[in-house]
Amino acid sequence: MTDVRAGDFEGVAGRPVPNERERVEAENRRLAEERKKIVRDGPKLTGEKLAARLDATWRRPPGIIGWLATVDHKEIGRRYIITALIFLALGGVLALAMRLQLARPDSALIGADRYNQLFTMHGSTMMFLFAVPVMEGVALYIIPLMVGTRNTAFPRLNAFSYFMYLFGGLLLWGAFVLNIGPDAGWFSYTPLSGPQFSPGKRTDIWAQMITFTEVAALAAAVVMVCTILKCRAPGMTLARMPLFVWAMLVVAVMIIFSMPAVALASGMLISDRLIGTNFYNAAEHGDALLWQHLFWFFGHPEVYIIFLPATGFVSVIVETFCRRPVFAHAVVVLALISTGILAFGLWVHHMFATGLPRVGYSFYTAASMSVSIPTGLQIFCWLATMWDGRPRFQVPMLYVVGFIVTFVIGGLTGVMVAAVPLDLQLHDTYFVVAHFHYVLIGGAVFPLLGILTYWYPKITGRMMDDMLGKIGFWMVFLGFQLAFFPMHWSGMLGMPRRVYTYPAGLGLELPNQLSTIGAFVVGLAVVLFVVNAIVSLYRGRIAGPNPWGAPTLEWAVSSPPPVYNFAHVPVVESNTPLWDGDGKLPVVTGLRVDDKEMLLTTVVAATPDLREPVAAPSLWPFIAAIAVGIVFVASIFSPWAIAFGLVPCAIALTAWFWPKELKRHPEPVID
Amino acid sequence: MSFRRQGRAAVLALLLGACSYQRYQSDFGAAATQGRQFLTLFWIFLGVCLFMYALVIAFLVAGILRRRRATDANVVETGRHHQSHPLMRTTLIGWAALIGVGLTALAIASFFADRSMAEAATGEKLSVTVTGNQWWWDIRYNSDDASKTLRTANELHLPLGVPVRIQLASNDVIHSFWVPSLAGKQDLIPGRETGITIVPKKTGIFRGQCAEYCGTQHAHMALVVVVESYADFIKWWDHQLQPAPAPANPLTLAGYNYVTSGPCSACHNIGGTPASGQVAPDLTHLASRKSLAAGALPMGKGNLYGWVADPQSLKPGNKMPTIGLEPQQLHAVVAYLETLK
Amino acid sequence: MLEPRFTDDVAELPTYKFGPSSLTWWGIIGFMVIEGGFFALTFAAYFFIMGHEQGWPPEGRPPAALLAGTLFTILMLLSEIPNTMIKKAAEARDVAAVRLLLPVMVAIGVVLLVIRGFEFNSLNCRWTDDAYASVIWALLLLHAGHLLTDWFDTVVLTALMYTSVGYEGRRLVDVDENSLYWRYVWLLWIPIYLMIYWVPRL
Ligand code: HEA
Ligand code: HEA
Ligand code: CUA
Ligand SMILES: [Cu+2]
Repeated sequence: MTDVRAGDFEGVAGRPVPNERERVEAENRRLAEERKKIVRDGPKLTGEKLAARLDATWRRPPGIIGWLATVDHKEIGRRYIITALIFLALGGVLALAMRLQLARPDSALIGADRYNQLFTMHGSTMMFLFAVPVMEGVALYIIPLMVGTRNTAFPRLNAFSYFMYLFGGLLLWGAFVLNIGPDAGWFSYTPLSGPQFSPGKRTDIWAQMITFTEVAALAAAVVMVCTILKCRAPGMTLARMPLFVWAMLVVAVMIIFSMPAVALASGMLISDRLIGTNFYNAAEHGDALLWQHLFWFFGHPEVYIIFLPATGFVSVIVETFCRRPVFAHAVVVLALISTGILAFGLWVHHMFATGLPRVGYSFYTAASMSVSIPTGLQIFCWLATMWDGRPRFQVPMLYVVGFIVTFVIGGLTGVMVAAVPLDLQLHDTYFVVAHFHYVLIGGAVFPLLGILTYWYPKITGRMMDDMLGKIGFWMVFLGFQLAFFPMHWSGMLGMPRRVYTYPAGLGLELPNQLSTIGAFVVGLAVVLFVVNAIVSLYRGRIAGPNPWGAPTLEWAVSSPPPVYNFAHVPVVESNTPLWDGDGKLPVVTGLRVDDKEMLLTTVVAATPDLREPVAAPSLWPFIAAIAVGIVFVASIFSPWAIAFGLVPCAIALTAWFWPKELKRHPEPVID
Repeated sequence: MSFRRQGRAAVLALLLGACSYQRYQSDFGAAATQGRQFLTLFWIFLGVCLFMYALVIAFLVAGILRRRRATDANVVETGRHHQSHPLMRTTLIGWAALIGVGLTALAIASFFADRSMAEAATGEKLSVTVTGNQWWWDIRYNSDDASKTLRTANELHLPLGVPVRIQLASNDVIHSFWVPSLAGKQDLIPGRETGITIVPKKTGIFRGQCAEYCGTQHAHMALVVVVESYADFIKWWDHQLQPAPAPANPLTLAGYNYVTSGPCSACHNIGGTPASGQVAPDLTHLASRKSLAAGALPMGKGNLYGWVADPQSLKPGNKMPTIGLEPQQLHAVVAYLETLK
Repeated sequence: MLEPRFTDDVAELPTYKFGPSSLTWWGIIGFMVIEGGFFALTFAAYFFIMGHEQGWPPEGRPPAALLAGTLFTILMLLSEIPNTMIKKAAEARDVAAVRLLLPVMVAIGVVLLVIRGFEFNSLNCRWTDDAYASVIWALLLLHAGHLLTDWFDTVVLTALMYTSVGYEGRRLVDVDENSLYWRYVWLLWIPIYLMIYWVPRL
């Protein structure tokens, strides 16, 4: 295999067209000259001097242009997290509005039409604009640090993905503010969402928001898979990969397999609405249930796409605060993988009431319940780690305890609704609403708040306030139980979901009042968390590189990390590197310092494989996102938008991938 | 710890629910075979789940308490963090086995419940077709004898102990037929035939409600179900088959004329009169029903006035337009409707 | 901030390799899986709708006319010959050969796109007719989009190869992976061809 840094004539040119011969040779002499100037890190170039040079190479241009052009995974990850948290606040405020309306029977506070928009916006915002993106954001920020590399794979694709996500969110909320928010529920069942029963643009906007966020999620997923498989530090074999990275690998693959389903479904919905196709139109040989199958083929994996990253968080926190690796590492990895696989076989459990063939019932039931096995084993492994370790109950660990106490309830109610005979009663009642808030908030949001507290010092360089953190935790935890436990009860008393009001005298008054009070406590707690985060930004105690005494690589660099993450590429010799080392960080050297470069390793054994040039900052991903965005939005109004829109998109994408200079470079830098 | 309180609250809440509201609209109603089997199965699941939950919590507490005993902890401080307590491995296997057993037990329980529900639901003696509309229920009692087929709306009468086959259809979007006290739900899907069989075991009045979100007034798409003795049921059926009584006095006559010639007749049907619209609830025996506008309001003079005068303010978005009757027209119409017993 | 302990030096590593070592190879596989997902699900929708029909196409409508689609299929399969040659040339770092052959692929692409235009005419239905029509239009359209994007890709790549960066190893990797992708495009076409033209004739 010829070494192409040499870019030499024999190496690349094979048998060139004769008249080119001198040109090529001259070119190669120039390259040989240039190669002499290349600077690399090494024992001679290290410490301050190296830091300064790397900083000069990696820093992005300043100002708004630089802000839009950045390809730094840390900036992009931060944007993802902050944007998603704003959507949590917005979605939460809608929830509080719903709770106010439901506080009293026959309440006339909020009308039917407005309420229907509220729960649709709440569900869509929470699932598509908060829960999934926030997990991606955290992963995009932390994974390169955790696996010991300088940036994600395809950093420009990464930037593009954020802008697509942002535009999708703005589209949905812009529409809502103009009172054309969607109102067909977060799974927009046809035919209710079809052309006949949802005239106007509301559903089209919902469907295009889906397209935006799915494009963003798919792009982010590809970035994550490639980063995890190819960019790990030398020595970080699959077996030594941290559990959070494993979780995100499984999740990214799940995204790749599941998101096309909803994108396709919403595409068909739009074309039914806009150009008169009949996919879901029973009158023309279509089928309303086709939508449900496609949606839930995505929708069920979706919930584990939200949950598995959270289990990754839990593993991280448990490990650090129990002062030992998670018990039975291999079992946890297998649990993650098998959950990921099983998740694709369960979607019908959302459709029990549609009259599926009765012979299948027991099978669906068994299949749905079987997911409890991997999850149950994971729960055990965390508890065993605590039992065998020396847990310190700082704020992140409190959230883990809250997670176990709460999530398991949600999981168990999940097992109940998995049984067809029970689900036929409980389906579409507040019992299900209780189930999924226990698993979504208890199972995903609690660990998220924990991990944000945990990684806050790494991201900002300062600690969050401990006292406020503890108060916040107890408010969220108790407020949550108060808000959602009574929903099991109102569900059993026959309260269907998605009703803007309910009659007095059914015994629903008390549980709903409690829920409303609890909801506001949770709301306050979230505000408190945000306030704590903002105040600590200025007042917080300076953290230092490794305030929690954690074992993984992200804590080997300063807080916040430098733009280039690692001055020398670290080497990994165990699965808790910072606990097992001799106090020094083993590294490899030889990457370029005068140009952006990162190290690729082999997929399984993580032995050094290639030196990958890293893309320079560029405005084109942003411009491409604008172009694509315009097409998506315009296509709501005319199918022709797609035809015409292709041109600007093509231009933007070409410019994005076109090498920045056509002069040969000793080591080409092209994304 | 608060979860203990939660646990107790749980059981309390359920029992409380069980005793006080079982008559009307609740999973605890158990007023039909399905309802009963549901409840039994529910308690089994709850038992197993509470047991597993207790184990989880116990282990959690043990872990928290044990941290005091520092010396033999397998942690980085003692340099033994890559070892783990031998007990854990065996416990892990035990736990896995337990989960397996628990799940199998539940799966089997659910299988038998499902089967006995299926068996109970055989040998139907009565066939009713319920058709969903935004946002009301069209009800047809089928009979081989055409003169006995009956059309009504929003109020379903069932004979005690008789297996009733309820065919479900939809004229617009997906709805879901659900009478919690009697049985689980079943969707009504345009372009598909679905159905459910119910064997009522308790007489009484129960409330059903559309359980699949179907648009603006999904919340007010309710249904009254009356379970009565076979004799009463037959009496009711025969009565419902009668045409509407002729207007007896000038006022009701005026109402009759307006309703049967005016806009109402375009949508509503009144047996034995020219009013023969099919797209809205049948009014032949309107006043004999317990509720108005698909359970939105209790039946009564006041509500009839309010509804006829301005349906849009009482059930915003529903498909009945506000016509704006003159006061005397309104008096007449309501007076006539009240005679439709 | 830990002190470094120097172990190994990677300065001599190459900056490109063909196949699974290359990062873009994994990226492309990723996107192939995504698109594969789209197609697989469209297939599922097709059979789901077909599942509860007596006739297929419903109401005895004539199935799509064979000519255009069959021509397309033959040419598509033949295009694999130059495609393989390009792949081999790229791996042999034979820039001249690559420069020679890429325009051929571009030309073939143009012809294919033209035939595809006629295919839409030979479906014997409009997408608005019924669900059957909608789904076969969807299949053909999805694949047309696929074809168009990869053709455009090839055009850009050809232009790039005629500049001096054509001599860079990484560009040859791009060519290699572009050929890989083309294989995927025609591989996906085969089931679609059967579903549009032959299943309705069974
Ligand atoms: C984080 C998201 C998340 C998670 C993790 C889960 C986890 C599970 N869910 Fe949930 N689910 C949702 C989010 C989630 N769900 C959402 C959002 C909806 C509603 C969508 C909508 O309609 O809007 C939903 C709806 C939903 C339904 C449809 C209900 C209906 O609409 O009628 C069903 C039915 O089977 C179900 C089942 C399950 C099961 C079996 C699990 C299992 O994975 C749970 C496994 C975990 C445990 C069981 C606890 C730990 C295990 C042990 C302690 C071992 C011992 C246990 C036993 C032996 C029983 N879920
Ligand atoms: C991760 C997902 C997620 C999260 C976190 C939540 C959080 C909450 N949800 Fe939501 N919910 C869903 C996902 C989620 N929900 C889904 C998918 C549905 C189904 C929708 C459908 O049927 O289509 C649903 C439906 C749903 C319903 C049923 C509506 C109906 O069927 O009619 C209700 C009713 O009480 C409810 C309540 C709440 C409450 C009280 C919270 C609370 O936790 C919210 C807490 C409050 C806040 C987070 C706000 C705090 C912020 C502020 C007060 C602003 C301050 C400003 C700054 C800090 C800048 N939710
Ligand atoms: Cu009908 Cu909801
Ligand atoms: Cu599910």
